[in-house]
Amino acid sequence: MSTKSKEVTELVEKKYQHGFVTDIEADTVPPGLDEDVVRLISSKKGEPQFMLDWRLKAFRHWQTLREPNWAKLHHPPIDYQDISYYSAPGQKKDGPKSLDEVDPKLLETYEKLGIPLHERAALAGVAVDAVFDSVSIATTFKDKLAKAGVIFCPFSEAVRDYPELIEKYLGTVVPYRDNYFAALNSAVFSDGSFVYIPEGVRCPMELSTYFRINEANTGQFERTLIVAAEGSHVSYLEGCTAPMRDENQLHAAVVELIAMDDAEIKYSTVQNWYPGDENGKGGIYNFVTKRGDCRGKNSKISWTQVEAGSAITWKYPSCILRGENSVGEFYSVAVTNNLQQADTGTKMIHIGRNSRSTIVSKGISAGRAQQSYRGLVKIFPSAESARNYTQCDSLLMGKDCGAHTFPYMEIKNPSAIVEHEATTSKIADDQLFYCRQRGLSEEDAVNMIVNGFCKEVFRELPMEFAVEAQNLLNVSLEGAVG
Amino acid sequence: MLKVDELRVSVGGKAILQGLSLEIRPGEIHAMMGPNGSGKSTLAHVLAGRAGYEVTGGSVTYQGHDLLAMEPEERAWAGLFLGFQYPVEIPGVNNVYLLKAALNAGRKHRGEPEMDSISFLKLVREKAALMQIDDSFLSRGVNEGFSGGEKKRNEILQMTLLEPKLAVLDETDSGLDIDALKVVANGVNSMRSADRSFLLITHYQRLLDYIQPDYVHVLAEGRIVRTGDKQLATQLEADGYDGILAEAASL
Ligand SMILES: Nc1ncnc2c1ncn2[C@@H]1O[C@H](COP(=O)(O)OP(=O)(O)O)[C@@H](O)[C@H]1O
Ligand SMILES: [Mg+2]
Repeated sequence: MSTKSKEVTELVEKKYQHGFVTDIEADTVPPGLDEDVVRLISSKKGEPQFMLDWRLKAFRHWQTLREPNWAKLHHPPIDYQDISYYSAPGQKKDGPKSLDEVDPKLLETYEKLGIPLHERAALAGVAVDAVFDSVSIATTFKDKLAKAGVIFCPFSEAVRDYPELIEKYLGTVVPYRDNYFAALNSAVFSDGSFVYIPEGVRCPMELSTYFRINEANTGQFERTLIVAAEGSHVSYLEGCTAPMRDENQLHAAVVELIAMDDAEIKYSTVQNWYPGDENGKGGIYNFVTKRGDCRGKNSKISWTQVEAGSAITWKYPSCILRGENSVGEFYSVAVTNNLQQADTGTKMIHIGRNSRSTIVSKGISAGRAQQSYRGLVKIFPSAESARNYTQCDSLLMGKDCGAHTFPYMEIKNPSAIVEHEATTSKIADDQLFYCRQRGLSEEDAVNMIVNGFCKEVFRELPMEFAVEAQNLLNVSLEGAVG
Repeated sequence: MLKVDELRVSVGGKAILQGLSLEIRPGEIHAMMGPNGSGKSTLAHVLAGRAGYEVTGGSVTYQGHDLLAMEPEERAWAGLFLGFQYPVEIPGVNNVYLLKAALNAGRKHRGEPEMDSISFLKLVREKAALMQIDDSFLSRGVNEGFSGGEKKRNEILQMTLLEPKLAVLDETDSGLDIDALKVVANGVNSMRSADRSFLLITHYQRLLDYIQPDYVHVLAEGRIVRTGDKQLATQLEADGYDGILAEAASL
């Protein structure tokens, strides 16, 4: 097609808009990982003994494990001794008490990312926890949330202020033994968010955490735990960005969700870590374990993700449907362009009677990118009348990219109904020509077709973020056709 | 308005148009007839700028510009509209959304203000009623699951909204029942004006019972072999193409 190549190059070049570095003094521990580093992280955070003990157990277990290699991903070996495991901006101690104490450079950083932290400027109806490298620097609307009885605070603060809740729930959904990256995270996790919604409370605001990697040669290992007590309801969103660098950086997070009887958790992700340049140089390695436990009857956990960034994504947000009539959902859009690789999907583990799950996965590949959907639907003998519906669509742009689908099913109860649909399509030249004949530019036509393809997922996002997600997708695919 | 001069086009090395000339002045309606495979759609696609056609000779001037040098969207902004013989489906993309994006893209390039959603919806409902298109079609995916006739009506709806200067309608009449044909013809007739021209590509003279053409051309062997008025279409309907083709061959 005869698009002017200069324009396309310009578009690709302006592609990643969050690639700047904040010049700020940081307290960064030297690269390397041993028990002393684990102890150091724990002491910097002023943690109680139980937390340190848990970290050490995780660390010792991690040392016995090997990096998994079953995913369809290729990368040079990661040198875990070459990473710094803790970095905090400009302070020796965690967690400032008010925004006035936060370094203006940090506030400016979030401003630039479009997330003003001053409440008067903040997005109405959204409370934000801002995590910068290894620490949370500010959490907004805490007072308003406290009035409703909602706890929304940095994880390190929760370990100090609500140790009994942390001890009770931490690792009960993703044990430190779960997998290589979960064990690593459990040993060295830095910050993240803790959310507790008490019985019968509908959280009055959207909660969100914004993760920012800034320091070079550091890894980010955040940990998020959300507990929704009986009959409560919460909607939570996370966003992520990082500077453009030639080196790869490791991000290995763990997210645990727990929904009790009649509770509902909606968890949305807009992942926009730096994807690397068009030759595959740099970018974040994103190895994440996310799991929700529908512990109570009639509980519901819904994952919605828009995965646009990262050089490598390894991520399978899952639901354990333990409660009777519990519901699990997974709505995903994953975009890979240039040399990005993604191996992503979900697991729906049906244990409770009458549990139901829905999986809608939309994969878009462009450039030379490779993408896999990997999903497991497992129906236990106890899951009488369980149901699953899986829809898995791939859209290819150009001829050098790939899409692969690995759906696994294990059905141990004959009353279960499991449906699976999969399609692979290309953006057809005749669709593009049709739109251009009507006056749309080629870029606009591509965006429109891609957004149409992703519609079922976008409509699951909280309204405030649906537009952002759409724009992100457009930016990620700029220059993909031409 | 449009001047096609000795146009030669091949597809995959095969010569399809072999010196086609045609001039359309403002306000005129030209009908282009010809047997299957004679190159009618090829002409329509080349005028609209579709990739995959190799122009090996001749020229096309549109409103004084070299049409063949323009991108497809630039041709659209300049008022050229193609009603497709086989409109494509675009799943998930709202029909109204495409229409609004198309209308505003054109406005933007003409330096006119974009139309807001409320005025646009009002306008599109009006036009849809004229085309007897149910409102529910507007919010469906572009041509998604539309019947053949619905797709064609949707093309004309787009034309009435975009108000082109030159509309090329490629077999918009094919596969329509008589009622739908009348609706489509009404759409065209309602848009007839002194500064708007039409090129109606059709296989049957039936459409010309409802739309009065100024000229009728017969395309064969990659060239226009006969030009006449409405009478020519009637004669074709009665005698078929064979007579004319034989006559052309003997020249
Ligand atoms: N993409 C293509 N590749 C090869 N041949 C083609 C292609 N498109 C059209 N043709 C050929 O060009 C000729 C003209 O086709 P077309 O313009 O569609 O005719 P019409 O619209 O008059 O029926 C036919 O012989 C057809 O087979
Ligand atoms: Mg044709």
